[in-house]
This record gives sequence, structure tokens and C-alpha cells, in this order.
Amino acid sequence: MAKTLTIVVVEEDRDRAIAIVDALKDACACEVFVIGNASGLARKIAAHAPDIVLIDIDNPTRDMMEELTLASGPLERPVAMFVSGAAGGLAQTAIEAGVSAYVVDGLAPARIKPVMDTAIARFAMVRQMRNELAETRRALEERKVIDRAKGLLMKAKGIDEDAAYALLRKTAMDQGRRVADVAEALVTASGLLG
Amino acid sequence: MKQVTVPVAYMPLVDAAPLIIAQEMGFAEAEGIALDLIAAPSWSSVRDMLAFGRVDAAHMLSPVPVAMAMGLGGMSTALSAVSVLSVNGNVIGVGKPLEARLRDTGYGFDFADPVRAAEALAGVRDGPIVFGVPFPFSMHVELLRYWSRATALGADGIEIRTVPPPLMAKALAAGDVDAFCVGEPWGSVAVEDGAGALMLPGCAIWSFAPEKVLAVRTAWAETEPDLTGRLMRATWRAGRWLAAPEVRTTASELLSRKAYLDVSPELIDRALSGHLTVSARGEQRRVERFVEFHSGAASFPWRSQARWIAQQLRRSHGASARHDPDAVAHVFRTDLHRMHLGSVGTDLPGASEKVEGAIRHATPVASAGGGLTLLPNRFFDARIFDPNAE
Repeated sequence: MAKTLTIVVVEEDRDRAIAIVDALKDACACEVFVIGNASGLARKIAAHAPDIVLIDIDNPTRDMMEELTLASGPLERPVAMFVSGAAGGLAQTAIEAGVSAYVVDGLAPARIKPVMDTAIARFAMVRQMRNELAETRRALEERKVIDRAKGLLMKAKGIDEDAAYALLRKTAMDQGRRVADVAEALVTASGLLG
Repeated sequence: MKQVTVPVAYMPLVDAAPLIIAQEMGFAEAEGIALDLIAAPSWSSVRDMLAFGRVDAAHMLSPVPVAMAMGLGGMSTALSAVSVLSVNGNVIGVGKPLEARLRDTGYGFDFADPVRAAEALAGVRDGPIVFGVPFPFSMHVELLRYWSRATALGADGIEIRTVPPPLMAKALAAGDVDAFCVGEPWGSVAVEDGAGALMLPGCAIWSFAPEKVLAVRTAWAETEPDLTGRLMRATWRAGRWLAAPEVRTTASELLSRKAYLDVSPELIDRALSGHLTVSARGEQRRVERFVEFHSGAASFPWRSQARWIAQQLRRSHGASARHDPDAVAHVFRTDLHRMHLGSVGTDLPGASEKVEGAIRHATPVASAGGGLTLLPNRFFDARIFDPNAE
């Protein structure tokens, strides 16, 4: 059997890191190290001599990793951004899921794939949760604005809530805009007119 | 004209101004495009977004497309630098411990003399001075190497490490780095945070250094020539707009917005005006052409600039770099620049290469419109780089 893979995960959030490590250990025979603090990142990674390094694509410390891709860098074996050859499609999926992988030169694609599949699934899940949270916040914010706009209309025109909402919706449809945008414009305008 | 949205990645820096201004001041709209500006968390991310097609254009460090064409850095999509977005604009600074030692020797932080600055640093160091830079392929690295090689610092007298600018203050405090070379506003942020003092503007080393380029995938420029042209004209007009001193306040305000740089307009104005505060003591220094977006055909992507960058990269990365000087020079697309900007009243130079470092004073040159003056282009050690002598 081939040597156990050594994987380094760069992640500051402890809970996320644990979730990723657990998933990776279930997926393949590997040793996983987590680096949480970005200080001296490239040297810390080099000390583990990993086969694969995984890092969130939104992590600004990613640029520190780029030193690993240089022949003169701190690792003995050069590392490539995970993009080459048959794995190209997988790399694209990885980027979309929000994970970038650095893989040591010459590692067989068959050994990379299970790691990447797991990492992609795990990072995609985290990303989706983050997006859903942002979406929920935004919806809540819009709901507040629409309520204020309805209130303004009810007061100004002496109509009830349903009629106010119908008016907002009709205006939005006529102008080809979103109800929330029309509501926001109304609230802003009324603020200006004081 | 139907409006098309073009996704563009950028790093939140003062020199992203031509893209932000193109969108905010209507230059993009006038070309029938809307720029969907996506702030990136890292330069690797900017590069990946462009290479993988998440965006169609990007604000990019000028050496990145050159390095990629040389097979350096593990990513190999062919990119084209269609315009230079900005010339100059970096600062070199030191952390507090070095600042204190320099002051003890009577160094005055003149923010002007690279030879004197190097002597001062060489005089107070214990070992190699570790400089933090934003990215391994950057004008920051090339200027530092060029400067150290030709001065008392010496090629082995410095070490260069990548540290994302937002983390630079932390890295200085932790002693991971002693000094730094960054783009604005990060130098001024370091001064404001009391993290260090500024020693030199980048232009003190090379007075006309191509800093950021507008990069697109070469394949995209071929399949979308019309959009490429519209994008280039919009950013060129934004650069021309930025060149007028009276717009500075407006430009600083726009850039300072939360969606863009999210720092105070006063910090941004320092770079745009060339009036920099170099230390926590409030010492002020004035620099001619600290950052240039327009004058002297600033947007023109000279092939000789690409050759200079390639020569420096070969020096540092030697054996691992692919060596085909002509192919690398053509990453800077003078051809597309002429094709798409010939019609907008730009005065473009007649040549596509020039001897870099050979212009002592502003000099009129042969151009399509006959009214082009090139700005001083000098290396501090008065060496010249002749692209034909390679």
C-alpha cells in the first residue's frame, strides 16, 4: 500500500477545521494537520512536508502559500496549484466550492481525487451555509423596508395595508423593478422630503 | 447599444482607481458596459478568478502575466496585459525597531534618496533585513531586488517574504518581517497605526515603473474584441479623468467607500496628491508623480517593460523559467492597445519598445498625433535597459 498521505489544512476557525479533518480522515488513509495562525505560514507548512495543502479561497493568507509554488521556495518538492491535466475539471469544481488545493508535484491523480471530493463537499457545505445566512439577513432587511414603505403609503393615501402592498407591487411591475427596490426608493424619497 | 455586464476582479488599492472611476463616473456606461467589480481577498484569488473564467478582466500586478508566460507559479492560462492601469505608487517602509535604530544614527527619512537609505539600513542591520511584500510576483519584489543589488544593502542583504498587506502590521509586531514594500493605502495605514515609518517611494528606484495592468485571458480578447475595446477605452478615460488635480477630492471620496477601499478619504488623498506622511511624528514629504494614471502615455503597455520584468524574473528563478523573450514580451499587448485606443484621441507612441531608464527629462517623441511627451524614466543608478541588447 502506498504511503499515508499528509494533508495540511489552513483554517483559523477551530470548528470548521475539526469538521474538515474528520471528513478527510473518514475518506482516506491520511494524516491531517491544521494550521490556524498565519504567522510564518510557508515555513510552518514546509515543516510538515505535506502532499496536499487545502485552504479556503477567501482566506487572504493564500498569497503566502504562493511561495510554495516556487522552486526556490521553502519546500523540497515543488507544489502546484491544483490545475493540471486530467484534474483540470476537478480544480474548477474546487474553486467554485471555495477551496484551493496545492498538490506536490508527481502525486498520482487517483490519490488526489478522494481527498478533493471530500474537501469540495465540505467547503461547499460551509459556503452554502454562509450564503444562506447572508440571504436570510438580506431578506429580513428588505422586509423591514417594505413594511416602512407600506406604512408611509397607508398614512399618505389613507389606504389599508393590503392596498398599500398592492400599490407597491403594481409600481414595481410597471417599472420592471423589485418590490424591495421600489420600497427603498420611497423610503429614501420620503426621508429627503422630510 | 445594449449594455453588457463585465465581471472584473480587483484588489482594494488606490491604484484600482481607473476601474472604480470607470464604473462610478460613467465612463463604462458611455461604452455600453457595466463593470461588476469584485473585490478579491488575495492576489492568488484575482489570478484564479481570471484564469478560470469567474471574471473576464482583472486589476493585476504587472509581473503576474509575465511570470505565467514564463511557466512560473504553477498556473499557466495565457493572459494579456492590454493596458497599464498605473505607473509607480509603492512605498518602502520599516517597522518600529528599525525606525528607532535609523533615527539613532541621525537618518532623516528624506523619502527621496535610495542610495542613502540603503547605506543607513546596511549600517544598522544585524543580519539580512526581512521585507514583507504582497506577492512573490510583483513590482514590489523587483524594485527591492534591483535596489539591494545596486547599493550597500547587497543582493544577500535582504530576504523577501509574502505577507498580505492587511496582516503586515501584525507581522511587523511579531518580528516576522523587519520592513515592507506595499502599495497605497497600506503604507499610510502602517504610519497611521504607528507600525512603522516610510523610507522611499517606489519611484525613487525606477521613476516610471509599470505597477498594475488591466489583464484579460488572451483567448477572451480574441473572442470578444469589441468588449475588450470598450473596457480599455473606459479605463483609459477614467485614467485621463484622474489626471486632473481638481478631481482629487471626488476621487478620494469615491475610492474610500465601504464597497471599495473602506479607509478614510484623507489617507487615499495622500497617494493621489503625492503628499505623504512618512512617520508617526507627522513628518511630511512631497513626491512628484507618486502614482501616475495617464500622463506620458502611462497606459501604454511597452513590450520593453515586459522584457525588463522577464529579465528580473529570470535572474531570481533561473532554471525553472521558460526562456522565450519574444513570446514573453508579447504578453504586453501594444497591438491591442493601438487597435482599440487609436480612435479615442489618445496619442500613442510610434514605437512598441523603448530603452528603459534612458529618459532624463520629459521628452517629446514620435507619436500618431505628434503631441506626445514621455515622462522621465530613470533607474536610480542611471543604468539603462536596452531591450535589443538581450
